[in-house]
Amino acid sequence: MAEQTASFPQSTGAPGAPPPPDGGKPDAAVVRDALGVGIAVGLSGFAFGVTSAGSGLTLLQTCALSLLVFTGASQFALVGALAAGGNPYTAAAGAFFLGVRNALYGLRLSQLLALPRPLKPLAAQWVIDETTAVTLPQPTRRAARIAFSVTGLTLYVLWNLTTLVGALGAKALGDTETWGLDAAGPAVFLALLAPMLKSATERVTAGLAVLLALGLLPVLPTGVPVLVSALSAPVVLFLMGRAGDRGPDASGPTTTPREGR
Amino acid sequence: MNIWIAVGLTAVGCYLAKLLGLLIPAGVLERPLVQRLAALLPVALLAALTAQQTFADAQQPVLDARAAGLAAAALALVLRAPFLVVVGVAVVVTAGVRALM
Repeated sequence: MAEQTASFPQSTGAPGAPPPPDGGKPDAAVVRDALGVGIAVGLSGFAFGVTSAGSGLTLLQTCALSLLVFTGASQFALVGALAAGGNPYTAAAGAFFLGVRNALYGLRLSQLLALPRPLKPLAAQWVIDETTAVTLPQPTRRAARIAFSVTGLTLYVLWNLTTLVGALGAKALGDTETWGLDAAGPAVFLALLAPMLKSATERVTAGLAVLLALGLLPVLPTGVPVLVSALSAPVVLFLMGRAGDRGPDASGPTTTPREGR
Repeated sequence: MNIWIAVGLTAVGCYLAKLLGLLIPAGVLERPLVQRLAALLPVALLAALTAQQTFADAQQPVLDARAAGLAAAALALVLRAPFLVVVGVAVVVTAGVRALM
């Protein structure tokens, strides 16, 4: 989804509310945090629906993406690549690579939520940036489970409804480029990227990726330059590693959900 | 048909990535190098996608109204605007510049 930014509620409930006896967080406060993120991000499915329809996907294809893929960056990447004329395999590869980070979220959530095994295949679909960001900071397992369920359900329902509305609306709008809607996809990517650019490592990686993506544009088939630019991640890690660990980035693991968005 | 292939592959791939994280034992992916690479991969892809979808027309680099829209979005991000505002600003500015050109 449009995993962003917005607010990552860390607050522990209403000011003045007495903490529950077990030192946890009041359920209502957890639900409020979860709904805040779920609603704000869920509404941005509209942008996806419009973009997808404007990229030439049918209503069914657009809705299938939101229902089945349900991870915004990958969805935007896929329809963008298809609109640019990329073949389905390179388009899907780019979308898949973006979705790989969800595996790491699942790893962390798995320990925190301690889900019964039969529930895991169901819960998996909701393992995304936003649910991770709201769930990980929760102080207790109960709070984490509430946060995950409420964020996941709110987002899933809203994201799919707004996708449908956006896809239907795109037809009424006619040529989506007239309305500037072709800028929605890249703006979503930029909004996701901005909070990740915290240290030199991230900035150098992003810069190198941009150079590769644009520089290779005329010489490689459509969609392939974006895949090649993914190599800037291991290359920069390797070079930074060789430069020694006293650099400004030797600050430990960077996969907090906060930057995952 | 080609689009359905892409939709199907993406759906299966992304779901399996999500499920894998919940199923594999903790510790397997906890190596610092793997963590750092997984964190950096989206940075590279998002940067490349932003550039490609802003400055490319098929296989040619171009500078058009989208660049103005993205510059406005970047400004909105610097000003800490909410996500929906950032996207909205990009769309409105792109449409405005395109109408003027």
